[in-house]
Order: sequence, then C-alpha cells, then structure tokens
Amino acid sequence: MSRYFTEDHEWIDVDGDIGTVGISEYAQSQLGDIVFVEVPDAGRALGKGDEAAVVESVKAASDVYSPASGNVLEGNPALTDEPALVNSDPEGEGWFFKITLADTSELDTLMDEAGYAAFVAKL
Amino acid sequence: MSDAPASHDHASHDDDGFEPLEILTLPLDAWHRAKGGRMVEFAGYHMPVQYEGIMAEHLWTREHAGLFDVSHMGQLSITGENVATALEALMPAAIHDAPLNKARYSLLLSDTGGVLDDLMLTPQAPDRVYMVVNGATKYDDVAHMVEHLPDDVTLNLMEDHALLAVQGPEAVEAVERLVPGVKSLTFMQAGAFAWNGHALWISRSGYTGEDGVEISVPAEAAEAFADALVAQPEIKPIGLGARDSLRLEAGLPLYGHDLDPDTTPVQADLGFALFKRRREAADFPGAARILAEREHGPATKRVGLLVDGRQPVREGADVVDASGAAVGRVTSGGFAPTVGAPIAMAYVPLAASVPGTVVTLSQRGKAHRATVTAMPFVPHRYFRGVK
Repeated sequence: MSRYFTEDHEWIDVDGDIGTVGISEYAQSQLGDIVFVEVPDAGRALGKGDEAAVVESVKAASDVYSPASGNVLEGNPALTDEPALVNSDPEGEGWFFKITLADTSELDTLMDEAGYAAFVAKL
Repeated sequence: MSDAPASHDHASHDDDGFEPLEILTLPLDAWHRAKGGRMVEFAGYHMPVQYEGIMAEHLWTREHAGLFDVSHMGQLSITGENVATALEALMPAAIHDAPLNKARYSLLLSDTGGVLDDLMLTPQAPDRVYMVVNGATKYDDVAHMVEHLPDDVTLNLMEDHALLAVQGPEAVEAVERLVPGVKSLTFMQAGAFAWNGHALWISRSGYTGEDGVEISVPAEAAEAFADALVAQPEIKPIGLGARDSLRLEAGLPLYGHDLDPDTTPVQADLGFALFKRRREAADFPGAARILAEREHGPATKRVGLLVDGRQPVREGADVVDASGAAVGRVTSGGFAPTVGAPIAMAYVPLAASVPGTVVTLSQRGKAHRATVTAMPFVPHRYFRGVK
C-alpha cells in the first residue's frame, strides 16, 4: 500500500484501486480543535481537486479536496460522533472517505511521504 | 485542504493587491513567542491566537484563570476641567455626575446614532477619565474625539502601557497574592495599585463573562508582571481564539462584527448603555432616531442563536425567510466549548427576536435550523459583592 500527499495537505492511501483519504498531521495541527466534519455520501462522483468534505475547527471552516477522481465508497461514520479523531489520529482512524479510483495515473502528480515532509518543512 | 469562504483567518493582503500595513510590535510580543504562542496579525499587531489549543484554553479560563494580553486595545487618559461633560456630547453615558473609580460601558455614537465604537470609561478624578477602546478603531476614535471635543480637553493615548486581563473564577484570588487589596473591588470598580514599585490601574471587569480584572501596567514592567502572573498555579496564558469563544458564550458583542457604524444601540440590544438622564434630555448623538427606535422597536435586533446539530454557523451566513430570501445576518458564530454546541449572534427582524423563535440560517448553500435564545449562553459570574 502506498501513501501520497497533496499540496493542500490531504493524504491518500492506495490499495489496488481503492483510495482512503484524510488530512495530514500538519493540517490538523494548523487547524486546532476540530468540532465538525462533513464527509461525502457514498456514490458521489468526485473529480481530482473537487471539494469533497468540510472540516470545522473552533475558529474556521476549511474545504478538503479529493486527491483523485472516482466514486465515493463511504464517508467515515466515526467522524459524525467524534470529529476530534481528526486531531488525535489524523492519518489513521480520522480518515475522511474511501474512493474507487478512476485513474491511478493521477497519483503520479502527488508527493510521496518524503516529498511531503520536505514540502511542509519549507512552510 | 484550504480555508472555505466562511473562514475568519486573517489572510495576507498581498494577494489582493493592497500594500500590507506595517505590523507593529506590542510590549509582550517576545514573551508570547517564548511561551509558545502562535502569533497572527490582528488589529495591526502580532497577537497570540492560541497556545496549547483554543478548547483547552477556553475551558481552563472557565475553571481556573487565564491571562489575556489585550495591549492592542487603546488606553486613553482624557483630561480637562470639563472633560466629563464634554465626553457626554459624544456618548450616551452619564459621566459628570458618576461616581469616581466606577467603570462603565458606553458607545461612541455618530450623528445618525450609529455605533463608532464600544468602550469602557472610568472617571478617575473630576478632571480625568480613563478609557479603553477597541484596537482596530483606536486611531479613528482619537481623531473623532479630537475633532469634536473642546480644545481644553487633552487626549493621551497611553502607548507606553500594556493591558492585561486576568479572567476566571480563580483570577482575583491569584492576583491578590501579587497585588494585595484587589479582592476588595467589586464588579466594575477600579483603583490605583502597585506591584514592585510600578503603578497599576486595575478594574474588576473583563470580556469573558467571568470574574476577573483588567490591569494597566507600564510597558517596561509588563514582561516581569506577566511572568509573576503565570507563576501563579491558577493562571495560564490564553490566546485571542479563546477570548473570542468566551465572549461569544457571554453574549457580549464584538466591534467590527456584531457592531458597526450602521448599527444603533437599540438594534444591538445595548439599551442599558442609554442612561436615564441622557434619554430624558435626548442630548446624545443620534438621540432622535435612537429614542424613536427604543419606543417603537428597531427593524432588526441582535439575538443569540442555538444552532441545531454540530456544525458551526459563522459570521456572514444569512438568516432567511420561508422563500429563502435573506432577512438577517449572522454576525458572530462558532462552536461554544462550555455549551458543547454551536452558537451564534445574528440580526433578525424584530418579530423573530423573541426567545423560542425558530429561524433558518443559510451557509454555503446549506440550511441550518436555529432557535433564538436569551443571552448569555453561559451565566455571567461577575463579583457584585457579598450579599
């Protein structure tokens, strides 16, 4: 399984043609206390870069974009009751949605973990 | 991931083609950075938005005590033989016959009755008034007052002073250890004190709904005094993020958001700031309009809203009628840590301002149900004296 990152601080884990999407540790630390997450419904078609989810901290609302095109398999139901999972485990239990990837070659434009770490280090 | 349009984060003006304003430095700038404060631009200064996190800081303040640096606000010493009477021409407070060392909330009003700023003033002597105004408006306030006050009134913007607020149920007990006598003040009382040879001006007030004090301290003593305050086990430094969520829960309006020059005191539900003698004399700016609104009701009124569900509805969202047309506007909104739910302030049509009224809010194309509720959202805990 491989993990890729966007410059907008989403991550995507890829297992065959299924991707799992969330926001990075860096992103959650910048947002602070997360109080609400709106995840996409199953079946929704997303293009790469489309607004897919909304994450709200105490102070501000932010959009989460889909790192790749495809159809949503499911949103993470755990985030409805416990949005703070995004703070406590952003790159694990705090995932946002799973997607059936339409075109895995889109992933070539994303950063790997080392590339993202270097990107964040410059921010 | 990026900020949605509803975000209130202060973006750089570079992208808009504006020249960025010079960011000024306050006395505790280095102190905040050393304490791990995350600094943001606010009212022309770098200010700490948070330390360990807004939620934790908010709850700490409600349970213990928080130290807030509010040095960006304007402290004014206004002097002159007839200063109190002269100031009455610009605001609806009773000042010349007010007790000394008693703070009061007032409003700088335009000729048409709009709120130019909200402020705290304290008559310190028959010829001297101390005033605290908002940071973002302080230079405009000074210009307005210089233009409208008689020549024998002198304004001193005390930029050589920091302003610290210590707020929370354990605040006064902790400050008392450093500044004996503070405990004797009751809500809105003020007085001169000293710490390590430095003169302090302390009022038992604040903007969080909690008991606490605001302390004016000479800039050169600010770091040492802030160190002494946070050395008390009850007191932690708290950022502006929690200050905003605390004041929202307390039902207190924030200038530039819930109040602006197009808003009258009656619309803003600040009728308590219109003193009886001044109402009877109708001798403050915009009195005709304001008193007519007071008698017949304003078109719209500021209310508190409990928002259904978990999603915060923020400043800028519309209040809509059954056909979806905007009939009002959310002016502050967010998640309330003490309440454990989203809350907001909004201007709604007068008929919808009665507590219990259900209204619909529209934010980014999504409808949210909310119920008008009496404020504060969290009860005030001001110390009004031993009963």
